[in-house]
Amino acid sequence: MKKGLRSLSLRMNKVLRYGLQVFNYTLFIGVVWYFSIKPPYHQLEDNEAVITLSFAHATKIRGACRQLTQEELMKLAPNMRLSVDCPRERSTLMLELYLDGKLLTKAEVEPPGIHNDQSINLFQRSKVSAGEHQLRVWMNDDVNVKGPTYQYEQTIILKPEQQLLVNFDASSGGFFTH
Amino acid sequence: MRYINPIKRAYLGIEAWFNIAFGSECNPLYNLGRLAFFFFWIVFISGLYLFIFFDTSISGAYASVEYMTHEQWYIGGVMRSLHRYASDAAVIVILLHMLREFALGRYKGFRWFSWVTGVPTLWFVITLGITGYWLVWDELGLYVAMLSSQLIDVLPFIPGSMARNFVGEQLSDRFFTLMAFLHFLGQPLLLIFALWIHVKRLSLVKISAPKGLAIGSFIALLALSLVAPAVSHKPAEMGQVTAVLNLDWFYLNVYPLIDNITAGWTWVLTLSITLFLMLLPWLPPKKTGPAAEVHLDHCNGCEQCAEDCPYDAISVQARTDGAKFENEVKVNTHLCAACGICVGSCPSSNPFRQKNELLVTGIDMPQMPINEVRDRVNEAIAKIKGDSKIIVLGCENALDFSRIEAPDLQVVSLFCIGMMPATLVEYALANGVDGVFITGCRTGDCYYRYGNVWMDQRFDGSRQPILRQRADRARIKVFRAAATDSKSLYQELTEFQNHIKKLNNEEGAAQPESAHE
Repeated sequence: MKKGLRSLSLRMNKVLRYGLQVFNYTLFIGVVWYFSIKPPYHQLEDNEAVITLSFAHATKIRGACRQLTQEELMKLAPNMRLSVDCPRERSTLMLELYLDGKLLTKAEVEPPGIHNDQSINLFQRSKVSAGEHQLRVWMNDDVNVKGPTYQYEQTIILKPEQQLLVNFDASSGGFFTH
Repeated sequence: MRYINPIKRAYLGIEAWFNIAFGSECNPLYNLGRLAFFFFWIVFISGLYLFIFFDTSISGAYASVEYMTHEQWYIGGVMRSLHRYASDAAVIVILLHMLREFALGRYKGFRWFSWVTGVPTLWFVITLGITGYWLVWDELGLYVAMLSSQLIDVLPFIPGSMARNFVGEQLSDRFFTLMAFLHFLGQPLLLIFALWIHVKRLSLVKISAPKGLAIGSFIALLALSLVAPAVSHKPAEMGQVTAVLNLDWFYLNVYPLIDNITAGWTWVLTLSITLFLMLLPWLPPKKTGPAAEVHLDHCNGCEQCAEDCPYDAISVQARTDGAKFENEVKVNTHLCAACGICVGSCPSSNPFRQKNELLVTGIDMPQMPINEVRDRVNEAIAKIKGDSKIIVLGCENALDFSRIEAPDLQVVSLFCIGMMPATLVEYALANGVDGVFITGCRTGDCYYRYGNVWMDQRFDGSRQPILRQRADRARIKVFRAAATDSKSLYQELTEFQNHIKKLNNEEGAAQPESAHE
């Protein structure tokens, strides 16, 4: 009798153990499943779009080339005697982007590189409401010029979830969107 | 009574719950590292299958994944789901592994190396997952690509802008193939290397999950793959920003930060957390006792201690003292955890040796030499009074014995139960003790990895030096418990006391009869 009860209890224990295992595995895969897709992340609110300002541009050289005097040349090693000294440093890039007259993005960027002589890469994203807007961009890429060297103005219509790219190419005349 | 911090208390409670469900051998919390390896195997094998059908071009990637998910759902879709869910499961067990080591204080002292190398390993796993999401080239893939690029662009030594590739039409197959190469080969190799470093200071490393646990986990993941198969978002469109994304929070949790606090601050935050975690072993540091010392006069170079050391701190070299033996052992003090397991392994630790002299063994702990252990046992035996004289030999990292106070009970604590020479039990029984009660960490969870395993094997005769058959097993009780199991300790002790009293009475009754015969 006692033996029978013990065997039943053992079997019950086994059933209980398997039950607990199933519960734990279910809980585990439940956590795996849930956090693999939920909660959803709202990158944009309803009726929002994105304006991305993105371009690479080499700004103007800061100073003019200068002819070296004979005396200055003689001080240099023979293999270093270039008659013209051109500074490598490029100008700071200054940019402002306005949407409907309000400042959306402002950038003041030094050219990268040890001698500040490399192209500037600009990448900035701004969330804006969808719909019709007045876009205006101005940029100065030459320290020797006061005020903007490039300007752009356009009416844009943004759909929700649309990404408007504001690009720049000096050889094509300046800013353009797509 | 010893203070147990609430995290440790909670963790030990959960472990006890899992012991009921899975048993100690298959307790997932005792096998978190091994489970992570098992999930990596699922990821690897399912990944191999996906690689066969995956098109590594920017235009074909999405279509090939969709083909596997929908047209070939019965195998390709299942493989994709297993690939994703096993990757997620790996992150969970790695995080639990870290939390466990932290909760149980197993990240300080000699364990610093495993902890410090483990923290960046988690990042290698995360970045591997990130490139995986990138390759699907759906809306989520584009989001991952765009924000990863912003993270990279902010680094001062990166020329140009990577993010610009994902706003126009410029993205080339070559770039995409590079990402595929990273995901298929570069990052997995880096991860394998990191894992190898992570376990470098351990010996007898087990990387395969217990069979029962592996089968159970696989069935669970397979069921999830069939019930809720992994699916893609819509295909990536460069001019589009998807408003709502179903992020995989195990891998992509950093990305919303980039949106909200900029890429630069995301770097600062994640690097600060990583650095803080890596510095934890020294905040405040835990002092490890002096390393084991070899006494060549008593070492015959049997190599048992080198075989038993869980931290690979003992090496074997040619004899240097001119003794007739071929080898000797040498302790690497930087690796030694001062657990004393080597003392229990040494045949010269037999307390019956040099009975009335100083007991010196082949390898010993300077802070508690084997002679002192024997002295403590002798003192305990001398103090025990009553009908059931019981000595408790316990691991100081398992239970708190401070409240054990009874005239017929005396306690001798050791660094690890593996430090106890099996013959010490026999010695105690031969010198007037009626019962030996041994306490060590829970089965499958030794504080020093293998102490309780080696003790069991010494007792059952499968590991040298063994507990001889003449030691009466009926008078030996092994009780495995964690720091939070004090209540059970007193219950078990009372039961053992009653058992010993009964044995004493039975033997007392039998002796006059035999004398009469």
